Amino acid sequence: MQHVTEYLLLILGAALVNNFVLRQFLGICPFLGVSRKIKTAVGMSLAVIFVMTCASAVTWALFRFVLVPLSAEYLQTIAFILVIATFVQLVELSMKKFSPALHQALGIFLPLITTNCAVLGVAVINIKKMHTFMQSVAFGFAGALGFALALIIFTGLREKIDRSDPPKAFQGVAIALITAGLLSLAFMGFAGLVK
Amino acid sequence: MTGVDPVTVGLAVVGGTGIACGAALAVAARFLSVKEDPRIEKATEILPGANCGGCGYAGCADYAKAIVLNGVAINLCSAAGEEVLALLSEMMGVSATAAEKRVAIVLCGGDTEKAVRRFKYNGIADCRAAHAVGGGDKGCSYGCLGYGSCSRVCPTGAIEITANQLAVVHPALCIACGACVKVCPRSLIKIVPVSRTIHVLCRSKDKGPIVKKLCKVGCIGCTVCAKNCDEGAIVMEGTLAVVDYARPLTTDVVIEKCPTNCIVRTETEVSDKS
Repeated sequence: MQHVTEYLLLILGAALVNNFVLRQFLGICPFLGVSRKIKTAVGMSLAVIFVMTCASAVTWALFRFVLVPLSAEYLQTIAFILVIATFVQLVELSMKKFSPALHQALGIFLPLITTNCAVLGVAVINIKKMHTFMQSVAFGFAGALGFALALIIFTGLREKIDRSDPPKAFQGVAIALITAGLLSLAFMGFAGLVK
Repeated sequence: MTGVDPVTVGLAVVGGTGIACGAALAVAARFLSVKEDPRIEKATEILPGANCGGCGYAGCADYAKAIVLNGVAINLCSAAGEEVLALLSEMMGVSATAAEKRVAIVLCGGDTEKAVRRFKYNGIADCRAAHAVGGGDKGCSYGCLGYGSCSRVCPTGAIEITANQLAVVHPALCIACGACVKVCPRSLIKIVPVSRTIHVLCRSKDKGPIVKKLCKVGCIGCTVCAKNCDEGAIVMEGTLAVVDYARPLTTDVVIEKCPTNCIVRTETEVSDKS
């Protein structure tokens, strides 16, 4: 029971309280880039969930079994990027095969998951907080879930905003950035829920 | 491990990880490879790239795929000129004659000078929004609102909103993609063969006296044109005269006979109507 609560808190903490996008400001690029249509936002979210979960597992193993024994921890960033890039390529290949339309809709943002700092952030935070393997995977998955939540909420808002009539100076990206700021403020409300 | 040169360690770790990841990707690529007919890409390049959807496919790339894989006719693209058609027929080894060029036309002639407005509309400058507010500010509930929804969706900029708030299509620019047809809340836009030059520029189903009150160039349903033209070329739908574009219409006597001048001849520019 102790275990279950611990994992629940970990997941809640990563997805809501310390939401990657809205609290830690990681992964802003796709957050603004693919938040025009719900459909592409969902596709992007699924891709990020896959990449982040797999990447946290593999980077944990890489750090624990390769970098630490060789006392080469200082290579973590570059080694992690390699792993992440591999998973992104894997996603791109399979998406091209199974859903060419989504592949086209996501366009450049798909390979750009490689440089999505939320993915690297998860890997680095896992190491910093000295998570166990299962904790790392749970943390990665929950973090990606939080990213998906933020992205989909924001996309929904943007779709509504597109249909409304803001003053000319606020049109387009300006109002989107203000919305993102307000959304971030709203998520601040979760602060202190889980320590 | 302290004796090992850190440069060697770095090389080994990064190189090793890289090679392992590369190998994994190479294996994955074998299983997930997509075989694509090279002609699809070539056909996509040949097509105009307007992605207007006028052919009935989701875009030029989709249409190219349909041509190559399913042998769909190559003359469906209304934006393509003869050159495109020649290139496509050469590549696919099939001959096709170009379908007749078609253009969109806005079937309303009631601008602010000729048709009354019921109230002053201050909302969002969009026909769909205006249409939702009490049926629009235009007196005639069938006529062009002139807030330019069609003009904004037009991929080639072929639709102009005149100074008197009326949408007109420039046939030379129109590629008959049908985007404007879909967006017009009043269904006023029709795609017609470019050779057809005589049109009834009215879609009002109101009865004659009401039309007369609302618009100077509306169809009042007098049936004069239907009686004075080639058999079935103009038919009456209730109190509205409608051109049947499937039947030939040669006589232009209907233009003179129309008491409200809502039948017009379009030459090269639809905006030339009086």
